[in-house]
Amino acid sequence: MLKTGGAIVLLAAAAALFGPALTPFDPVSQELALRLAAPTLSHPFGLDELGRDILARVLAGARISFLVGVTVVSISASLGTVLGAAAGYFGGLLDDAIGRAIDILLAFPGLLLAIALVAVLGPSLVNVLFALTIIGWVGYARLVRGQVLRVRELEYVQAARAMGARAPHILWRHIIPAAMPAVVVQATLGMGGAIVGEAALSFLGLGVQPPSPSWGTMLNGGRAHLLDAPHLTIFPGLAIAALVLGLNFLGDGLRDATDPRRNT
Amino acid sequence: MTAFFVRRLLLTVPVLLGVTTLVFSLIHLVPGDPVQAMLGDSASPQDVAEMRGRLGLDRPLYVQYGSFLKGVTTANLGVSLRTNQPVTAAIAERVPATMELAAAAMAIAVLMAIPLGVIAAVNAGTTVDHAATTVALAGISVPGFWLGPLLAIVFSVVLGWLPVSGRGTLAHLVLPAITLGAPLAAVLARTTRASVIEELRELYVLAARARGASRERAVVRHAFRNSLIPIVTVLGLQFGAVLTGAVITETIFAWPGVGRLLIQSISFRDYPLVQGCILLIAVTYVAVNLLTDLVYGFLDPRIRYH
Repeated sequence: MLKTGGAIVLLAAAAALFGPALTPFDPVSQELALRLAAPTLSHPFGLDELGRDILARVLAGARISFLVGVTVVSISASLGTVLGAAAGYFGGLLDDAIGRAIDILLAFPGLLLAIALVAVLGPSLVNVLFALTIIGWVGYARLVRGQVLRVRELEYVQAARAMGARAPHILWRHIIPAAMPAVVVQATLGMGGAIVGEAALSFLGLGVQPPSPSWGTMLNGGRAHLLDAPHLTIFPGLAIAALVLGLNFLGDGLRDATDPRRNT
Repeated sequence: MTAFFVRRLLLTVPVLLGVTTLVFSLIHLVPGDPVQAMLGDSASPQDVAEMRGRLGLDRPLYVQYGSFLKGVTTANLGVSLRTNQPVTAAIAERVPATMELAAAAMAIAVLMAIPLGVIAAVNAGTTVDHAATTVALAGISVPGFWLGPLLAIVFSVVLGWLPVSGRGTLAHLVLPAITLGAPLAAVLARTTRASVIEELRELYVLAARARGASRERAVVRHAFRNSLIPIVTVLGLQFGAVLTGAVITETIFAWPGVGRLLIQSISFRDYPLVQGCILLIAVTYVAVNLLTDLVYGFLDPRIRYH
């Protein structure tokens, strides 16, 4: 599972990185005479409603997906780790304040808050990144807070405290590293979540705006052509599903590999 | 028991207040002037001033907040800017469609997931288990906004068996319910598998087998019954995903529910209606989570003493 997931994600990352070299077509240049043309040897995924090469757009879309996944996960995981560690270690008012913020954000199911935020801020890639980060950090904070509560009373942490180590040092050197395996698993699964989140928002017309080739925007464009050009829907969706499946395989594999109960 | 229920109910109050405050602040997060954003750049200053007065945005913030909270408690969330219909009435019209879709999706998910999860657990480690686990993981990975159009291509466009959009007959419900239920089924199948495997390791299952109970009986009557608690909990917790999924599914299949109303209101910048839809979905989610917790506390006495 770990290897399969890793292979799929590496393949998708390579496609995102070297995409433009893999196809002679530009993702935004139009050939109106060939609009909605079915897949052929020269255009293996066919052309879209404006005569743009779908393979070139799927490859360019991989860049947007990775950009969203990596950005959202990096900021959410860093913010969530710091806030969760501080809440768990210091307790008291800080813990209460962070805990209430987490409770309120978790009261909005899934993407709903992201939809609400993008609805008022306006559709754009930056607002999508902001909205997904706002809902993203909560999971990490809750996870790390729980881990810190478990670790902070362990002997090696008490020993560090007795030796006069300051709180930031103890958190950075002793406590946060103990929470890292769980954070890495969450980040892998969270990257899939962020990619689907961006695609969902773009599909609803609230995310990346045309002509940028986001996979969600492409699926949104395909809705009007289910009858006459299903390839507009099939290929971008396949790309999302494959990458998210790869990330889920990788996350599950990492979880199993880092779960002490599985190794005993 | 009563103390647990009261404590859990009291804990919900600040969450609801926080949710309401966040929904209230949404309109103030609109970049620039929210009224200008709603009416467009061509609106005259008189129109803008008139709309600002109509929405109460010309009053001090604390007065607006007090008025919003009062509106929430009296189910008066203002009127839709586009249709002039009261927000609560516009939403109430759409609730039955969303509830119908959510109930059908959850029913489909349970019917698909539980047999799959139990079969995987009973055959843990075998090819059957790997196949079931892969199917479940694929189910989680396939987003509704792709599955829905794919189902429409196959069952509506190619085979012509089912209608592609709208609401009315049972046939209209099939594709949206499968689209919404599939990811839930995948999560539920994984939970069922893990939960049944956990129970199968317990001594009482071994004892039942030692007393002569068949393998099937030990699984169904003993292990499965006890593994229902986490399954019910996950079903409750996943209700949030169903509500969010409904926004996408209703948009794909033109299903006239609250989710579609939300997306339509966003495109018309009808902010009172947007606030109303978001508030309703979030409050429903909080209520279902509360109910799940209470049922869980009722089913498992250990929870009540934590």
